[in-house]
Amino acid sequence: MPLKPGTRLRSQVCTTEVIVVRPAADELDLRCGGQPMIEIGSDSTVAVGAGGTPAPGLDEGTLLGKRYTTADADGTLELLATKGGAGTLSAGDVALVLKEAKPLPSSD
Amino acid sequence: MSLSLLLDMAASGHADRIALGSRGGGISFSELGARAARGATVIGQLSPSHVVFIGRNGPAYPQVMFSAAMAGVAFAPLNYRLSKEQLHDLLGELENSLIIADSDYVGLLHEHDSAVMSTAAFIEAAADAPPSEAAAVADDATAVLLFTSGTTARPKAVVLRHENLTSYIFSTVEFGNADEDEAALVAVPPYHVAAVGSALSNLYGGRRVVYLPDFDAETWLRLVHDESVTSAMVVPTMLARVVELIGDGPAEAPALRLISYGGARMPRPVLEHALRAFPGVDFVNAYGLTETSSTIALLGPDDHRDAFGSDDPAVRARLGSIGRPVPGIEAEIRDEDGNPVEVGQVGSLWVRGGQVSGEYRGQGSVLDNDGWFPTRDLAHADADGYLYIEGRADDTIIRGGENIAPAEIEDVLVSHPAVKDVAVVGRPDDEWGERICAVVVREPGIEVATEELRGYVRERLRGSRTPDDIVWRNELPHTPTGKLLRRQLVAELSDPSTTESTIKES
Repeated sequence: MPLKPGTRLRSQVCTTEVIVVRPAADELDLRCGGQPMIEIGSDSTVAVGAGGTPAPGLDEGTLLGKRYTTADADGTLELLATKGGAGTLSAGDVALVLKEAKPLPSSD
Repeated sequence: MSLSLLLDMAASGHADRIALGSRGGGISFSELGARAARGATVIGQLSPSHVVFIGRNGPAYPQVMFSAAMAGVAFAPLNYRLSKEQLHDLLGELENSLIIADSDYVGLLHEHDSAVMSTAAFIEAAADAPPSEAAAVADDATAVLLFTSGTTARPKAVVLRHENLTSYIFSTVEFGNADEDEAALVAVPPYHVAAVGSALSNLYGGRRVVYLPDFDAETWLRLVHDESVTSAMVVPTMLARVVELIGDGPAEAPALRLISYGGARMPRPVLEHALRAFPGVDFVNAYGLTETSSTIALLGPDDHRDAFGSDDPAVRARLGSIGRPVPGIEAEIRDEDGNPVEVGQVGSLWVRGGQVSGEYRGQGSVLDNDGWFPTRDLAHADADGYLYIEGRADDTIIRGGENIAPAEIEDVLVSHPAVKDVAVVGRPDDEWGERICAVVVREPGIEVATEELRGYVRERLRGSRTPDDIVWRNELPHTPTGKLLRRQLVAELSDPSTTESTIKES
């Protein structure tokens, strides 16, 4: 089942946390540092770092406040990092990329 | 997904930047986060159902708002200019409240049952309290309650849920988008949705906020200069005062990059004067409602520049547009049967998106089955998707950004012995957006002067409710069932061929 907007996920291998701003059309195997992400508020008792360290090549890090999407051109997925960390976000083995946002002028 | 998540991100991402106040001696983002965590403890000890704020806009406002969010309690800022009776009416609807009020308003409140603290006492208690973790709140928990006067005199509380407000921020603001030298000047009242919006978007963007609680044009210009303000949000009435004070010369605002305006219809002469007075400054027209968590459409700086620089009336007309919907918002203009209209046709403006609440306390949601919200504004769109507001679908007068229900004033005037019938309507005004016009039919044989009626209203309602004009008529247009034909009356007032010159005293 695709994730709902507002769903919050966390990494098993670092401090990274994300929120789903826009879900992908299909179900995705979202990972951070090579390990599956865990839904925050779920029953999981896996502690931060319990999944080991980020896998080589998936240790470029995730930046606080940045938006991420899938590398394919028509990816609708949008994740927002609410906490940064050492692991790289990926869908399966393919790293997510930064999503360029159109700057909007401040209105209030 | 709660407001405390935004605070948490800002406190760690822009930690040492100044969030509130002057560059020297202001409160940093990490300090704001720490203060809210301690304020949450003070609130939590009292277990209230609401945190009511009655005070001026200032650094205390976001501290109270985020303390309430961290405690998981709904925040309800009330209009501090209301009379004691009106405040008691609203407080009566907010059971089990902790009321935090500026010291000049605490005296109005002692008869009320709820706990009352002065703003200063709250800040002091929070400084001594241990910090709390953010309470777990559901996405659809109420974050903010804002009272809107609507079309009847009885105010309604709009329910803004955590998911509405975070959706607004996540879809319209980039985290940390402000440069380190940026500062926003906030002059809107704390009970207005723009005050909530500015507190959240400047926090998330990492922009310092400077407050002007009681607007006057001279102080506004001085603060813009002295505080190196880079952006400011104003209602049209404020901008009218500012450009009047500036006169012909350019303003002395070396750091200013952006002026955003909204809250009411912007008179074209005021906007054109402002574009001349602030050369090189970007202008943004922001359109939104309380029910939509602030801005849902905006006309950007390039649109203003292109329109202002053109001699083509069609291009220049875009200065009167509210622009296009912001990301995450869909807009649709519908006819009376609910079907979308053609380009250029006027209809009712409906909007949909995560930031749209469309819900009133005790009344429920007014969204349709597909999640669309009726703004009750009439609008048309041009071929490029720019939206133009044609007026309110209902009768609310918006004077100086303040919503005024005609019925409230009519009820007072009709109680005067010399008044037989009365209708209060808004008329276009270059300074106030709309002015209040009371059309009065006198009781035969009783004399009454314009000033006496204006004074009669001023004694009984807030000053902003005083009619600007009294127009005398022999009768008012009504339906056979006795319902006032308000629009017909407005049309008659606008028609110079009617006998206004002989019946208007001013």
